[in-house]
Amino acid sequence: MFLITCPWCGEREESEFTYGHEAHITRPEDPSALSDDEWADYLFMRKNPKGPHLERWVHTAGCRRWFNVQRNTHTNAIMAIYKIGETPPKATTAGNKS
Amino acid sequence: MTQSHRLYDGGRVDRSQPINFSFNGRRYTGYQGDTLASALLANGVMLVGRSFKYHRPRGIFSAGTEEPNALVQLERGPRTIANLLATRVPLYEGLDASSVNSWPSPNFDLMAINGLFHRLLPAGFYYKTFMWPVSGWKIYEHFIRRAAGLGRSPEEPDQDTYDKINAHADVVVVGAGPAGLAAARTAALSGARVILVDEQVELGGQLLSERFIIEGKPALEWVAEVEEELLANPNVTVLKHTTAFGYYDHNFICFLQNRADNVAFGAEGRTRQRVWRVRAKRVILATGAIERPLIYVDNDRPGCMLAGALRAYVNRYGVKPGTRHVIFTNNDDAYRTALDLKAAGADVACVIDIRPDPKGELVTRAHEAGIEVIENSAISGVLGSKRVKGVEVMALNEPGDSVTGRSRIVQCDTIGSSGGWNPVVHLHSHAGGKNVWRDSDGIFVPGETLQAEHTAGANHGNFSLQAALTDGIQAAQDAAKILGLKIKGKISAPAVGTDVIEEPWRLLWYIPTTAPTGQRGKHFLDPQNDVTAADVQLAAREGYRSVEHAKRYTTLGMATDQGKTGNIPGHAILASALGQTIPETGTTTFRPPYSPVTMGALAGRYVGEFFDPIRRTPMYEWHEQAGCLWEDVSQWKRPWYYPKDSESMRDAVNRECLAVRNNVGMLDATTLGKIDIQGPDAAEFLNRVYTNAWLKLAPGRCRYGLMLHEDGMVFDDGVTSCLGENHYLMTTTSGGAPNVLAWLEEWLQTEWPELKVYLTSVTEQYATLQLAGPNARALLSEFTSDIDLDNEAFPFMSWRDGTVGGIPARVFRISFTGEQSFEINVPASSGLSLWTDIMIAGEKYGITPFGTETMHVLRAEKGFIIVGQETDGTITPLDLGMNWIVSKAKPDFIGKRSLARADTARPDRKHLVGLRTIDPEVVLPEGAQLVAETRAKPPMDMIGHVTSSYYSAALGHSIALALVKNGRNRKGDTIYVPIDGTTTACEVVDPIFYDLEGERLNG
Repeated sequence: MFLITCPWCGEREESEFTYGHEAHITRPEDPSALSDDEWADYLFMRKNPKGPHLERWVHTAGCRRWFNVQRNTHTNAIMAIYKIGETPPKATTAGNKS
Repeated sequence: MTQSHRLYDGGRVDRSQPINFSFNGRRYTGYQGDTLASALLANGVMLVGRSFKYHRPRGIFSAGTEEPNALVQLERGPRTIANLLATRVPLYEGLDASSVNSWPSPNFDLMAINGLFHRLLPAGFYYKTFMWPVSGWKIYEHFIRRAAGLGRSPEEPDQDTYDKINAHADVVVVGAGPAGLAAARTAALSGARVILVDEQVELGGQLLSERFIIEGKPALEWVAEVEEELLANPNVTVLKHTTAFGYYDHNFICFLQNRADNVAFGAEGRTRQRVWRVRAKRVILATGAIERPLIYVDNDRPGCMLAGALRAYVNRYGVKPGTRHVIFTNNDDAYRTALDLKAAGADVACVIDIRPDPKGELVTRAHEAGIEVIENSAISGVLGSKRVKGVEVMALNEPGDSVTGRSRIVQCDTIGSSGGWNPVVHLHSHAGGKNVWRDSDGIFVPGETLQAEHTAGANHGNFSLQAALTDGIQAAQDAAKILGLKIKGKISAPAVGTDVIEEPWRLLWYIPTTAPTGQRGKHFLDPQNDVTAADVQLAAREGYRSVEHAKRYTTLGMATDQGKTGNIPGHAILASALGQTIPETGTTTFRPPYSPVTMGALAGRYVGEFFDPIRRTPMYEWHEQAGCLWEDVSQWKRPWYYPKDSESMRDAVNRECLAVRNNVGMLDATTLGKIDIQGPDAAEFLNRVYTNAWLKLAPGRCRYGLMLHEDGMVFDDGVTSCLGENHYLMTTTSGGAPNVLAWLEEWLQTEWPELKVYLTSVTEQYATLQLAGPNARALLSEFTSDIDLDNEAFPFMSWRDGTVGGIPARVFRISFTGEQSFEINVPASSGLSLWTDIMIAGEKYGITPFGTETMHVLRAEKGFIIVGQETDGTITPLDLGMNWIVSKAKPDFIGKRSLARADTARPDRKHLVGLRTIDPEVVLPEGAQLVAETRAKPPMDMIGHVTSSYYSAALGHSIALALVKNGRNRKGDTIYVPIDGTTTACEVVDPIFYDLEGERLNG
């Protein structure tokens, strides 16, 4: 059970949130210009790292706002939380301990 | 009945408080402070059940949570509980228990015949035998389940209540043995908020079972002092009879608290059990250690126990487990058992030590006490079947892989074996902690952790009392330092008067006998599931190299005790068979819960009407009084149909359908999702999320829209109306509303933050009354003077603002039934009164309330889809034949690009078509598979399935919608529905069955 700091509401339990998916996958400007492979890449292909991962969560049972999380998928340590549109932090190896 | 094995004094039981109980129908007496197991042993009852596979007799094995054998069914009727451990059930007056896995009784068990055929039941027996033929499983399963059954679940509702509590702590200490008590006391002195939790009914842990001295006094006096000190501290919570069952990410830890002394019944006015959900800043795991047995031949005979358990029964409960005891050990600690038994006046036949030349202080004391020590020897055989009658002892050769010389028989009825102690690393492992192999004594100790965690005492691999106390203090000091707390006063570990230096253990995971493994008797690793050393070796020979695979193949450690005693020896034997080291082989994964948790406790208060919220429309009471049957649509209660008198469902639905087609009906459509959309970019937003064009929808007009996910598959549909400049009202399916809103929000917040659009759910703000049928307009005209209902002034797919029955209302001219139809939205608080007024006024037209079933029939007659019924997440608008709603002109909308992918653009995908059964009375089952050609028996190539199927009263025949491969090109073909030996032929037709031109809804 993670403890997640919503940038709008503060520290809350994971059960209030919903995991979305990998963050920073921008919708192509002109999808019709893409090949099937390029479109499939946007649509289906996701990173699956063991370590720091940038991902999107929403505070479903709270303010219903989406935000970004940098989480170590191995330790589940939350390394950074930042709002939509903000620059992602550089991948670090910090945050092994929760 | 006398307690034949009870000592005259000593132990923690209160001999002035006798307690009556019954086991397998016989009455016994124990004392306050007993467990069911100690009370049974006090009465000379050792045989308590049968094993799972062979139904071999099983006796009490341990004194704690690690117990594999003594499972009982406690109480009867609604309060019955299966598979409780007799070693963990505190005795209470009137307790009524029985064995779980024996029939008719553990003493005479009919299934024991399995034991005679054990050669036919090797490891993987079920996999090998019941794989073929596949259809045979139906027959085998019945037999196996009946033969196997572990306990019975109650058949009546639970009589007790349960609850949950959330708590925060600076320091959680798990385990109230010496290390845990020292840690809790130290942490409390720092001012930290401390929770101390222990699964036993008393604090003290292992000290309860020992005769140790701390600070010159019996150790339990020290325990009492610490307890008093902790209870006096308002920052400390002490939870007894509470098991920390799971340790999770971010230092979240869960406890199961037994709140009543009587584990089967909740106490008056309080819940029976409570789940604690605790977020801790630091966790100190002082969970102790569990003794592991030596794996000798026929080590499952009743009377074969753990050495430490014998000590617990003597010292804690004042019970002699047997009349003559043999201790079998690889370490010095088990000599304590021999000495304590002797001191209590019990007969100790001998200590058999596998070490060649034991010389530790405890060994010397055993010699001095006149206890025979047979060194460098092993138990090579066990006499007796329902109770140990003696042991065969032989010398070990130097490597310890065979026995030599002459055998000797020692008479005894109880064997206490000890192969050392395993740290209880379970909680540490739950939360992602690694374990490290310590070669010196062959144990896994907690290694690297992902949590804010400390370990202390035996769990940390520090087995001596002095070391445990010191370690507990150290862990608390470390925790306090990290938390920035100062410990007030000077802390030092209390002096222990009983510690002695112990010699190393001898690691011999498999105790040999006179014949190769499995050829003379059995070496049990898991006595509940009947897993033996031979089974593990067989798994290795058959190629199960992974410990996780070997576990599943042999079922080692899959019993209710989860291998708390037998796993490490089992993994060691596997490692040996694979020619690996034990750390190379590793252990299976430790997963929560540490010990079983009741479903009641996990559910807590979320039972009955709190299990899932129910949403009711404002007209709920009216429907209820009208005698409708309910359909659950997500959390909504919707009227399904309204049977009159003893009408059947089909008759009621036919009547409702004809009323709408020929006259007028009314449907409660409140549950349809409603999302208010405002903002200067609202139209642009709609244009991006719907497949059709939205930029030119004028105020007062409505438009149907289809939403796709980015993969091109249909996600939701509904009508959206333009309420004014930059203001729209979107409707969604009843079940899809929350998902649609969340999905739209995600696009707005993350992808298109530049769009100024605001979404508000208004589903519950309005009651929606749908009037449908040729007389709808006439009836509605009686209720409104400010809305011109004329077809020219108020055409199909438009809406008007005004009053209905004097209530401010929006009236939408939209239709899901195919009839002339008006949807009246009024404030929710006015819904019931308007509904009632319209029903009364409509009597002269014979107005008929109709439910979801009629709505479904009417829309299916029109070929209108229901998302989730005609679609399943793999269906595109083109599959549905809805090309008309997919804009070719718009450069982009969500999902557009995917419609051009090779697979989605394929012309021969599954298409939505209509089906007409050749026999018009046959209504196909929804979900039925379709074939183009029938064969005498399966397999047949399936070409699709029925998505909707009804009897159409208006048409006088059954109708069905179906998704069929290349279906639009099969129109006129006959296809088949083969079910249960019959085959129904149907013709593929257009999915619109009624009013193809739409004259009725436009009229």
